[in-house]
Amino acid sequence: MTRSQDTPAGGGAATRAEAALDSPLLPLADDALVLSHRLGEWAGHAPVLEEELALANIALDLLGQARVLYSQLGDEDELAFLREERSFRNCQLVEQPNGDFACTMVRQLFFSACQELLFGQLAELGDPLASKAVKEAEYHRDHAEHWTIRLGDGTEESHARTQRAVDGLWRYTGELFEPLPGPAPVGAVDWAALRAGWTERVTRVLTSATLTVPDSPQSGAWAAGAGRQGLHTEPFGRMLAEMQHLHRSHPGASW
Amino acid sequence: MGPHLTIEPNDRSVGGAASAVGKGVEMTSVLLGEGAQSSEGPADPLADFEGAIAADERIEPRDWMPDDYRKTLVRQMAQHAHSEIIGMQPEANWITRAPSLRRKAILMAKVQDEAGHGLYLYSAAETLGTSREELLDKLHSGRQKYSSIFNYPTLTWADVGAIGWLVDGAAITNQVPLCRCSYGPYARAMIRVCKEESFHQRQGFELLLALSRGTEAQHAMAQDAVDRWWWPSLMMFGPPDDESAHSARSMAWKIKRHSNDELRQRFVDICVPQAEALGLTLPDPDLRWNEERGHWDFGPIDWEEFRQVLQGNGPCNEERIGRRRQAHEDGAWVRDAAAAYAAKRGTGRPAAQAVAQEQPRAQAQTQDQHDGETAVSPR
Repeated sequence: MTRSQDTPAGGGAATRAEAALDSPLLPLADDALVLSHRLGEWAGHAPVLEEELALANIALDLLGQARVLYSQLGDEDELAFLREERSFRNCQLVEQPNGDFACTMVRQLFFSACQELLFGQLAELGDPLASKAVKEAEYHRDHAEHWTIRLGDGTEESHARTQRAVDGLWRYTGELFEPLPGPAPVGAVDWAALRAGWTERVTRVLTSATLTVPDSPQSGAWAAGAGRQGLHTEPFGRMLAEMQHLHRSHPGASW
Repeated sequence: MGPHLTIEPNDRSVGGAASAVGKGVEMTSVLLGEGAQSSEGPADPLADFEGAIAADERIEPRDWMPDDYRKTLVRQMAQHAHSEIIGMQPEANWITRAPSLRRKAILMAKVQDEAGHGLYLYSAAETLGTSREELLDKLHSGRQKYSSIFNYPTLTWADVGAIGWLVDGAAITNQVPLCRCSYGPYARAMIRVCKEESFHQRQGFELLLALSRGTEAQHAMAQDAVDRWWWPSLMMFGPPDDESAHSARSMAWKIKRHSNDELRQRFVDICVPQAEALGLTLPDPDLRWNEERGHWDFGPIDWEEFRQVLQGNGPCNEERIGRRRQAHEDGAWVRDAAAAYAAKRGTGRPAAQAVAQEQPRAQAQTQDQHDGETAVSPR
């Protein structure tokens, strides 16, 4: 999460914005922002008070990550509020609607297990910010892991719901391992190792949750790397409309 | 309160978001206090109790106390806890639309703090032998109330600021004296709650200031919000002293330290200069400085509106309680699953506690040493 080398330090706004769109940091920032937003939708709806705190905590960590990353690419609010749907580089997994609590936890497990490994690699490559973020990702993964196990191995209903969540979200997981081309450290990530580590971890969690690991493909006809190219699912447009509406209604205003 | 406040959402030194996950457990030792030892049946417990109140000593969970004192406290603490969790709704209404990432982070952390306060207060109420489940049930069935202020809608972004400045401001005015409340666990809970509330109040002020000094449309948005929230905020102090049902006794027991009207006046006196600093007006033509009293005079409050909202005819009563019930019902299968899983593991804990056991990170170190206490749910 070091500044990408090809960002012109004193370049004009347009060049800088273009450079931002090409930076491998942008997909990571968008992932964090979009998932944070989705988790924020839970506020006031969580199944127990403790989860109000935990979900908000995770959302705040992710929002903090997004802000650090955006600030390396340009103005954080311009990047978050003034880009159109097709310019967002987040993976499709994080934009998936919350669904029920099982869906939210499985989505978190899939994402955070990947983020933990990715930030782990980046930290080893000497990125100072990643070494802080990896601890956050570890906590998020741990939290989601415990819930996946508890729900999978809880009641008949919770088992069925959790298996449904796993099956439904599985096809969005392949995209997590699509290499992000660009300068080091992101450009130096070993994606094959990341995939192997993720598969090992997720398989272990699902198995101990008495859940079945799907044998279906991890990407659909459109899903492989599509989010990274700005191709998103329909609910994402509505999410952005809600998120950006107020900011865009007052052009140039500061808040 | 000055015009040059800079507040960062990640300033967690006041015990905000970062520590929130740990609240469920670490609160126990605070609430139970030092030296809360049970005393073996004194000869005249009522005399002892009254003596302690007269001497400004704290009543602790294991001390003898009159049934009505216990009931009054449970009622007040439950209503306070319910207000915190219902109060999450009007503000959560704007989390997904916050106009900048910085504001989004501040708002999320604030709503999270409110959940933390709810947790903290339910735990304090549990020291009087009532469970969180029982209290939530009473909230959901309408047998216990929450603050009427949350039955008003948040219609624009500026309402988030007005709630912080006025509603949290009024809450602090009410709550600061509670830090000296005669019941120890409640008083200690309020110390922490007040610290965070005053942080929220400053953030609300700062949000409104940015709008007031912004574009014309932003300024108008801020003024409109203050116009709508001012009178309901004054109603938060409850009915006038001569009509207040529980006031006199609560004051005798030192649960309450100041009358409704005293606190309301104090709040008005604080707000008038702050409104001026904001460059906004308060919607009361009768507002003027009274040299003789040394206070601001203000116009009559529409108590009929207050009664209407209290009776369930406010703009959002049904929506608020309906959403709360819905969240609780939607979460039933999750709590059942947590309980079933815990039972399989032989821990046999109720759902909420099984959940609390799994809050990692901040709680990890404190979990073991507090495991025997009634932090989250009674055994």
